[in-house]
Amino acid sequence: MTVYAIPAAGWVLILAVLLIVLALVYYLVSTIFALRKITTGLDEVIGSVTEIVQKSAPVNDVVNAINKDLDAGVDMLEALLVKKAGLVDAVGLVDGLYPGAAAAGFRNFPESTKVDAPRISEVYTKGTLTLARLGREAPIAIGNPAGPALRNVTAASLSAKVLYSDVRHTGPERLPRSPVIGTDSPVQYEQREDVGQPRKRMPARNP
Amino acid sequence: MTLLWIGDALLIVVVLPIVIYLLNATLKAAQSIVPSVRSITATAAAGSKDLDAAALLLTTQDQVSRTVAGVADYGGSLDVIVDDAEVVS
Repeated sequence: MTVYAIPAAGWVLILAVLLIVLALVYYLVSTIFALRKITTGLDEVIGSVTEIVQKSAPVNDVVNAINKDLDAGVDMLEALLVKKAGLVDAVGLVDGLYPGAAAAGFRNFPESTKVDAPRISEVYTKGTLTLARLGREAPIAIGNPAGPALRNVTAASLSAKVLYSDVRHTGPERLPRSPVIGTDSPVQYEQREDVGQPRKRMPARNP
Repeated sequence: MTLLWIGDALLIVVVLPIVIYLLNATLKAAQSIVPSVRSITATAAAGSKDLDAAALLLTTQDQVSRTVAGVADYGGSLDVIVDDAEVVS
């Protein structure tokens, strides 16, 4: 067996190569573990993203169907309001409820944007205003998170009564009596002297 | 022999530090991705959980359809009982 003598420089060379190999092994193995963690995490992300895609797939169709139904409802209410109140008064009603809304006008009545909205809220009754309000605030679900519905679909009559200050719908035990009128009423007023007398003549106008 | 010593010196002084520097940079870059992937995983899972309520849209659609039908009936009745506006000529 022949044994070759290795010089000191050779041992140093072997040591250097060994160090390089050890460094390669340490860092590459650490990198492999880090990449495995990344791969595992990305697999979970892919699973969650797939769920998101599956769950959101029908949303577009459903929302479009809801918008279609709501558009039909809004079109019907706008047309009814314009038909019953007239375009000018309808714009005034909406603007009275929602100041500034007259500028937007009605969707199916482009000429409504050019209407000078009258101050209509002082003329129409509360009931009419309520009807106009229903067109824009009607709840689309019974479980409205904003609170009790303004108009209950299943009990519309009582809901409408609640809108008024009258207390008769609450069924109180005693209501204020109606005023008594006539000659034997408890409250008598003095008779006016001019009642039954000839009508006073106004002075003649000068031409 | 001298060349061998020079090669050793180059290997230890130049090659080994460069190799370690490059491998360390690669390892740090790979490790820096891990927290980001974890946060993306948590966000995606939360997003998927939030979309569990999307199925309720079908109920909303049904409610909207019935509400609009009720409003249409209501409007039809109003159309009958309330006079139309007078046309101002």
